[in-house]
Amino acid sequence: MSSKDLEKRRVTGPDGEQFDVDPMQDYFCQERPKEHEPANKVWESFLNWARAESLWILGYGTGCGAIEMRPLMTPRFDAYRYGIQWRPTPRQSNVLVIGGYLSVKTLKRVIRSYEQMQGPKYVVALGSCTINGGMYWDSYNTINRLDKYLPVDIYITGCMPRPESLLAGFEALKKLIKEGKGEGQNLYARNFDEYKANQKKIIRDWDMPDYNW
Amino acid sequence: MGFEPIKILYSLLSLFIIFNIGMLINGITRKIGARVGRRHGIRFYQPYIDLVKNYALRSNITHGIMFYLGPVFRLTGGIGVYLFVPAIYGSEYFGNFSFAGDLVLITYFIFFGTLGMALGAGEGGHPYSAIGISRGLAQVTAAEIPLVIAFLGAAIQYQSLSVTEMVALQQGGIQNWTLVTNPLLTAVALIAYLGTMMRSPFDIVLAPQEIPIGPPTEYHSTFLGVLQTNRAIFPMAKTVLFMNVFFGGATNWGVLILKVFLIYMWSVFVGVVFPRFRVDHSIRWFYKYALPLGLVALAATSLLIK
Repeated sequence: MSSKDLEKRRVTGPDGEQFDVDPMQDYFCQERPKEHEPANKVWESFLNWARAESLWILGYGTGCGAIEMRPLMTPRFDAYRYGIQWRPTPRQSNVLVIGGYLSVKTLKRVIRSYEQMQGPKYVVALGSCTINGGMYWDSYNTINRLDKYLPVDIYITGCMPRPESLLAGFEALKKLIKEGKGEGQNLYARNFDEYKANQKKIIRDWDMPDYNW
Repeated sequence: MGFEPIKILYSLLSLFIIFNIGMLINGITRKIGARVGRRHGIRFYQPYIDLVKNYALRSNITHGIMFYLGPVFRLTGGIGVYLFVPAIYGSEYFGNFSFAGDLVLITYFIFFGTLGMALGAGEGGHPYSAIGISRGLAQVTAAEIPLVIAFLGAAIQYQSLSVTEMVALQQGGIQNWTLVTNPLLTAVALIAYLGTMMRSPFDIVLAPQEIPIGPPTEYHSTFLGVLQTNRAIFPMAKTVLFMNVFFGGATNWGVLILKVFLIYMWSVFVGVVFPRFRVDHSIRWFYKYALPLGLVALAATSLLIK
């Protein structure tokens, strides 16, 4: 998709019918993300327990750290025991696992995937690349601090982290959620302009709408 | 038979029980699948937690009215099938709303949810949904033919379209079950059963690795919660129907749970052993093996009756 595809235009249908297409209006949502107030305390803590015990993961595996995510599904580590399951689509996932460094190109896709997820949603950043750039810190096309572009809930350090430390990271995330501190979605909505400004600074060819969930 | 308001309450109770049986069997099934893969797998109560989580998500987006109605239609299909099947034979209150000729209605309801889901997922607009739908409808249609043949055979054998009467004629021991009196027909029914259960080898519709989960790609939060609820009720309702028509029905909940579990395990065991068919394979398979076998069974049943 290029930015030209987002322009308003007149299209001729298969049977000669003419109609106007405005992709920004027709294909994408034009609403800003909203903050969602938690419910009352007792009920919310029950819901948080359910959210913590049912982590549905969207694995974003463009970095090398993603290779450590696969063993979690295998008999040896078997993360399913802890209520961690993989979902194939962003719509149904709650946890976005960033598997290592992000280039300018992949950051764009990460943002789109993140915004398509329904909240409460959490971001787990994997490997030292997401914290300070790691071994790619002076590369011309990777970002150094993921936190500037998306609200990260948990960092799992290492280059790369072993599957055991991933499991430990997920357990820590569960603890955060149960304490009611997994409010990354609200943080993103509150500081939306700041996040967007940061994202646009990196992504020069911004050929997508600002809000696309 | 007059209208008794108390029957509504009993139907809801019956629905609640079957929902819980379905949820637990779903969990146990995932567990069995994991054990076959030498894993521990999810906790058996995990489906409950997932359901609570999905209903409790704070945000959702919609793609239009049909997108809303898709899961509702799907759930209606599941509940519809269940409410017209006599769950407990001879029970005044757990007989649900079965009536003479209900087999036709039930067969319709089995397809109803699929069509509703097709419309709803279609409005989601995701290309993978469209691929999933076309595969799903093609495969369900192919599996539906032996299914209808099996029901037709049972109707011919018992000279009735009422499920209650079929169960009544099978009472008195295992020698009266359709399984024993007409094994060929039961075999056809069990093959068709595999095709409608969305399990391997016939789960290309959902195919999570290829077309991310197919029709429900765009469904999330509450929508997905409704679909999950239906995933608990619908397979159970179908299994109860099969139990009634081919396995002698049940006279109490204990027998029902045992029989439903065993029949359901048939699809589970086939699923964990055999890999997934491609959609053209599965359709061809149904036309090549299930359909001729069904016709033979139908002819045999007609001869048997004479």
